[in-house]
Amino acid sequence: MEDADVSKKDVITKLIILSSRHMMPGDLLYKIYALRKDVIVKETCFGAEVSGKKEDVNSLIRDIRILDPYGIFIKERGFPIGDLRRCRATSGGGARPGFHQIEAEAATLPLMSRALLEYDMGVKPTTHEKPAKLDVDVFKKIIADCLHSL
Amino acid sequence: MSKILIYPTNSLVLADLVDRFGHEPLTIPQEIRKKVTSVGLDSPPLNITPEDPKIGLKYAAVEVPSGVRGRMALIGPLLEKADAAVVVSDPEATFGCMGCARTNELVNFLIRAKKIPMLELSYPTNDDDARDFVYKIAEFLQSSEVLKHE
Repeated sequence: MEDADVSKKDVITKLIILSSRHMMPGDLLYKIYALRKDVIVKETCFGAEVSGKKEDVNSLIRDIRILDPYGIFIKERGFPIGDLRRCRATSGGGARPGFHQIEAEAATLPLMSRALLEYDMGVKPTTHEKPAKLDVDVFKKIIADCLHSL
Repeated sequence: MSKILIYPTNSLVLADLVDRFGHEPLTIPQEIRKKVTSVGLDSPPLNITPEDPKIGLKYAAVEVPSGVRGRMALIGPLLEKADAAVVVSDPEATFGCMGCARTNELVNFLIRAKKIPMLELSYPTNDDDARDFVYKIAEFLQSSEVLKHE
């Protein structure tokens, strides 16, 4: 059972999420096709999903990142592409589990793109001094003053 | 290449940054993939079996809700493998029911209890924060305490 399972376990799926000024999901798909890798690809509204043997997918990811190093973000997905257990077409609508995390983080992707570009250019972050926590004695004095003024 | 546990465990930004800086992100989709792509599912459709809460017993007592133990059955093996951790504190998208919330608290506790190198951050909301976020993660992943596990 374990041996028979090995080839299936070698298959991974990755989400490619775009936050790019130069590339739309359709363009990404053509680039992936042009690489002629042995993977399954699905175009999505946010980019693409690719599924295949681990080494094929990882090599494709390396090649794809070069196209727009600061506009392409990648994470792994647990379920295979078009899996009926996750597909919204068969689950009666609603957001797919995992969507909300991507939605929340998608808002930060333009910031990340600029930050990664600046990191590669050697820009150091500006240090912001956090305001120190209020001293207990000062806080007590504020409370006493407030009570006194009532 | 060190194994870096990320929290939130399905974070796109953290998984991408860890991968980008040459390490292996430990994310929950990896564990989900092992479950849902096994040949001959023991417990269709998601293959969550009675064994899973038992695995979770290693991390949480029997009185703890089974939801916490079930989730720990997925996150626990990642914790065991982790050489270091990158944690975003109080991410908005991880609010949830008692099962989710308590699991998040337990994971954060276990990361600290394991005494592995850990970087704690907040999600960026502006360009300055994003620059700081990327810089700190990059420096942490290239630091000697993380690289010594390679």
